[in-house]
Amino acid sequence: MIKLSDILFREVALVIIGGGPAGLAAAISAKKNGIRDLIIIERNDWLGGILPQCIHDGFGIEIFDEALTGPEYAQRFIDELNLLEIPYMLNSMALEITLDKNVYVASPEGLFCFKAKAIILAMGCRERTRGQICIPGTRPAGVYTAGVAQNLINLKNMMVGKNIVILGSGDVGMIMARRLTLEGAKVHAVVEILPHTNGLPRNHQQCLIDYEIPLLLSHTVTEIQGRNRVNSVTISPVNKELESIKLNQRKITCDTLLLSVGLIPENELSKTSNVKLNPVTGGAFVDENLETSVSGVFACGNVLHVHDVVDFVTLEAERAGKSASLYIFGKQTKSKRIRVEAGSGIRYILPNFISKKTDIEMSLRVKHPGEQVSIGFFDGKKLLKTKKFRKVHPAQMIKIKLKESETRAIKTLKVRVLQ
Amino acid sequence: MKNEIICISCPLGCYLTVNHNQNKLKNVIGNRCSLGLNYAKKEILNPERTLTTTVKVSNGNLPLVSVKTSQPIPKNKIFSAMKLLAKIKIDAPVEIGEKIIQNIFDTNANVIATKNIIKMKK
Ligand SMILES: Cc1cc2nc3c(=O)[nH]c(=O)nc-3n(C[C@H](O)[C@H](O)[C@H](O)COP(=O)(O)OP(=O)(O)OC[C@H]3O[C@@H](n4cnc5c(N)ncnc54)[C@H](O)[C@@H]3O)c2cc1C
Ligand code: SF4
Repeated sequence: MIKLSDILFREVALVIIGGGPAGLAAAISAKKNGIRDLIIIERNDWLGGILPQCIHDGFGIEIFDEALTGPEYAQRFIDELNLLEIPYMLNSMALEITLDKNVYVASPEGLFCFKAKAIILAMGCRERTRGQICIPGTRPAGVYTAGVAQNLINLKNMMVGKNIVILGSGDVGMIMARRLTLEGAKVHAVVEILPHTNGLPRNHQQCLIDYEIPLLLSHTVTEIQGRNRVNSVTISPVNKELESIKLNQRKITCDTLLLSVGLIPENELSKTSNVKLNPVTGGAFVDENLETSVSGVFACGNVLHVHDVVDFVTLEAERAGKSASLYIFGKQTKSKRIRVEAGSGIRYILPNFISKKTDIEMSLRVKHPGEQVSIGFFDGKKLLKTKKFRKVHPAQMIKIKLKESETRAIKTLKVRVLQ
Repeated sequence: MKNEIICISCPLGCYLTVNHNQNKLKNVIGNRCSLGLNYAKKEILNPERTLTTTVKVSNGNLPLVSVKTSQPIPKNKIFSAMKLLAKIKIDAPVEIGEKIIQNIFDTNANVIATKNIIKMKK
């Protein structure tokens, strides 16, 4: 039993939960906006979140105009954090956020209760597992999520297998297909249930096409065989409803199956504080200040919605840090807000609420890939703005700016793909 | 000849249609910026890639340090570079940016560390 006297109480203006790229950028921005009394809580024994294991390049093009690797990108922010003397706690897990913004943290120094004025949620996301997608068959060794395999190979010098099948063509899966090939393994196929890849087109080119790794679209893994270790998997085509069909099934002999079947925001903690979550993104509903349904609690990065490009995580987190500091200084202006709705063809759009008082950048994803697609913003039946794209892809986040002058007089706002 | 390629120079990943004739570029359609044009040129003449991988480390806080080539190297040198790097083991500490191999296979690219590795006490 933990006694009340065992808990270490601390008052602090701002608690940032998660020390990945989102948490780092949010902390740096809050400090630069005048918050001196802040702390980052990180459960790992390092800062940088997922980045130290993402050794491939392609990070930072937007912000630094350079193609950095994950660890290099993280180091730039860690250096700045240290320069600004922002405190952080490693090996420390935030366990609960109460309604009055107390954050309970288990750390090697004991159980802390931070009484915060504001909180930034920056917990990132986690990978979907076999259980969540229900593949029948035996439970042999040799089934990994792509991120776990990436961690083992890139940080621990442990090879996961020799003959590999990858289920899911998300970015992590495609990047691992290349990595495993470079390390001498044979990747027999990347199997994708959708009729298109689920990751960035550039990864399709440089990870699969470059190494002639077969991509099987509209297929899925329907069974895993093997007693102690995977020895084969059954691949089946799927119909339009994404149900597997018995026709043309085949077995691929392999010793390892990697799963790259999606990421889900890590929001167990947010639920304890009553933050309302959007079932589509798995992240919080937020307004243009990235404030959640609980006042003084902000969200940014992959815990809000899964990003494909880390630069956008950083930019979003900088805004969250600034908003939190305005909130703490009592300078935030509360005004009436309207809801932003995602119409046909749009999977989601953020922010979910806008005040119509400033220019804003909307982030959205389409449901299906397409060419020559126009996206329209409507107030009821009135078309406010359209933007045309040569190609759109669900894996690529689209950003569209709305000017204050365009939204000032509207009553409702709905976004949809125009036919 | 007509080739459909995806520009890898930035995450936008433009779909490029490249018209060329015996290694001579005629035109490129679909690039949103000039980087895409350069990429298409190279891709037809001499495709290059930045190699990112790891090198073994002894006495470090991790058994591996992540590395990259300081500039893209010809695609056909990638697997020989992997073989060479697999044989190397360096001692901690390693500093981000540190040169591990100079001018690998006369490509003018150096292999450099992309992470700090701390030396652990035995
Ligand atoms: C394999 C892979 C490849 C990628 N490739 C690219 C690429 O090529 N280019 C690109 O631009 N982007 C890429 N990305 C995307 C980019 O890495 C992510 O968008 C970015 O890391 C998200 O940052 P984050 O801070 O939101 O989350 P994370 O990096 O996941 O950090 C979240 C942190 O919060 C901590 N945490 C969670 N819960 C708690 C808790 N309760 N208490 C304390 N701490 C907690 C976690 O330990 C973690 O350190 C890739 C991502 C992955 C997974
Ligand atoms: S053409 Fe330009 S904008 Fe398009 S992917 Fe290449 S670098 Fe990016």
